[in-house]
Amino acid sequence: MKLLTGNDLASGAVTWWTGNGWSIHVEDAIDVDEHGDAVLAVEEAARRVNAPYIIDAVGTAEGPRPAHIKDRIRALGPTVRPDLTLKPADPNAGDWVI
Amino acid sequence: MYKYDTYDQAIVDARVAEFADQVRRRLAGEITEDQFKPLRLMNGLYLQLHAYMLRVAIPYGTLDSRQMRMLAHIARKYDRDYGHFTTRQNIQYNWIKLDDAPAILADLATVEMHAIQTSGNCIRNISSDQYAGAAADEIADPRPWAELLRQWSTFHPEFSYLPRKFKIAVIAADEDRAAMRLHDIGIQLVERDGKLGAAFYVGGGMGRTPMVAPLIKDYVPIEDFLSYSEACLRVYNRHGRRDNIYKARIKILIHELGAQEYARQVEEEFAHVKTLGIDPPAAELERISAFFAPPAFEAGLSDEIDRTDPDFAVWLDQNVKAHKQPGYAIVNISLKKTGEIPGDASSAQIDVMADIAEAYSFDELRVTHAQNIVLPHVAKRDLYTVWQKLVDADLAAPNLDLISDIIACPGLDYCSLANARSIPIAQKIAQRFADLDRQRDLGELKLKISGCINACGHHHAGHIGILGVDRKGTENYQLSLGGSGAEDTSLGKITGPGFDEDGVVDAVERVTDKYLELREGGERFLDTYRRVGFDPFKEAIYG
Repeated sequence: MKLLTGNDLASGAVTWWTGNGWSIHVEDAIDVDEHGDAVLAVEEAARRVNAPYIIDAVGTAEGPRPAHIKDRIRALGPTVRPDLTLKPADPNAGDWVI
Repeated sequence: MYKYDTYDQAIVDARVAEFADQVRRRLAGEITEDQFKPLRLMNGLYLQLHAYMLRVAIPYGTLDSRQMRMLAHIARKYDRDYGHFTTRQNIQYNWIKLDDAPAILADLATVEMHAIQTSGNCIRNISSDQYAGAAADEIADPRPWAELLRQWSTFHPEFSYLPRKFKIAVIAADEDRAAMRLHDIGIQLVERDGKLGAAFYVGGGMGRTPMVAPLIKDYVPIEDFLSYSEACLRVYNRHGRRDNIYKARIKILIHELGAQEYARQVEEEFAHVKTLGIDPPAAELERISAFFAPPAFEAGLSDEIDRTDPDFAVWLDQNVKAHKQPGYAIVNISLKKTGEIPGDASSAQIDVMADIAEAYSFDELRVTHAQNIVLPHVAKRDLYTVWQKLVDADLAAPNLDLISDIIACPGLDYCSLANARSIPIAQKIAQRFADLDRQRDLGELKLKISGCINACGHHHAGHIGILGVDRKGTENYQLSLGGSGAEDTSLGKITGPGFDEDGVVDAVERVTDKYLELREGGERFLDTYRRVGFDPFKEAIYG
């Protein structure tokens, strides 16, 4: 599957295309399939997101999992500061990244 | 310390206002990211993995307590309560919001700081010896010359769009504590017949193609300091390659031209530049130098230190260095406590360091390229008190220059250029060697880790270097041995096939075990490596 991701213009936060907007949670991301480039062009023109790009991912029971570790780190947060990740209360959250 | 004059303050304030307007226009959708990106980069604002990252310049690594407290304030108010001190003596904040950036720069400007020229193809922050003004072995204080370069290079119209970024270091001692020969220009102040001058080493650097800078001129009279620097830059600006980013640094130009031919062209250019009158008049040099006059040291202080407390004695032996003034010492604050992130400090810790500097170090601090902090002028009678305060703030790790005093770039945990994580490797190695007695038995051992070939973690200059690479989507770590960023500058040699995260920690331990087996007398790791060569270590690593 393909996901569309970028960084929010104002906050810089990592965001994922949900089909009708952007979410900071990768679980909300949808498979953009072959439509990614078209959405990317529209969203970039609308200037809501910064540096958008399309990545490979695999579907899992918990939602999409980016194929590359770089995007998994983007999705959760730094592996060395669990307190700064999106799931600071989950001690096993980092296992999803590595 | 240098204090801004009205001109310095005016240009920084003007830049803050200009950038605030650029941010406003970007957020309003009046300019595109392609238009905005070069503007934000000129103000040190990058887009990294998780957010915008702001790199703040700390000129030649020197700052006072007021500035240090401002760094804590920014961490607390605008970021996530910590900052990351970098290998170029700067500080970075990892979680900046674009709409906060103008306010941050405005706050910085109130304490004579900014983020100008911390990115882009321009002359970056000038780096220097963190012991400047305190070291017993310096022939002069290098900071007035670093400050002169700062003023000359700030908004220099000719050098704002160089072929590539440009880094300059200035030192004034034979012991190189600033990795001088791994800069685009490394300058060492020297004396000849009792007159101050400068030796210019040009074309060093790390990155994809590491090179040790060759000596271009062994003595430039100090009154020609700026003209000669200008000539070095002009030749590069004219001939440096702009068609290929990987060949754009001055080291490639000098490698291709040859050091001798480059030096000849610089001489030719210098003859012209010298007629332009850019070297400052003596009065201006005196004005700048006056800011760096030694503080009011007390005379007649004792050099005696009570070493009764064993933990204090260990810290004293490891982290405290000789000062040129009797009764005083240089204190190194390690930001490398076992398990912590190299170079990171919380806002509370930054405030504590500022408080200690104000009370016990004539209000001065330094940031080192090894990502530590220095209190340059501490009376020996105050060392125990300073140590106790550092212990209370978790800042008293007694590991300077030991294997756990690791330089590590932010790596893939933060950096959009990285291929692999650096910090977890540093943490695992520090934990493997957590026993301080074991570390001290190993002695000086500089381990440096980069998460990509750009080498922000100085891995080429590590006695043991580690480079993280992406191998088919998996992190892999190459080991290198024999590098040095000191006066005996050398580049490490890659040992062979890389390792996974745990494998590279094991490999490091096999290297240190082999060193202990082979060392003679008081040899450091690097001494033993240079005596016995590469092969015994390679065999130990791979069997």
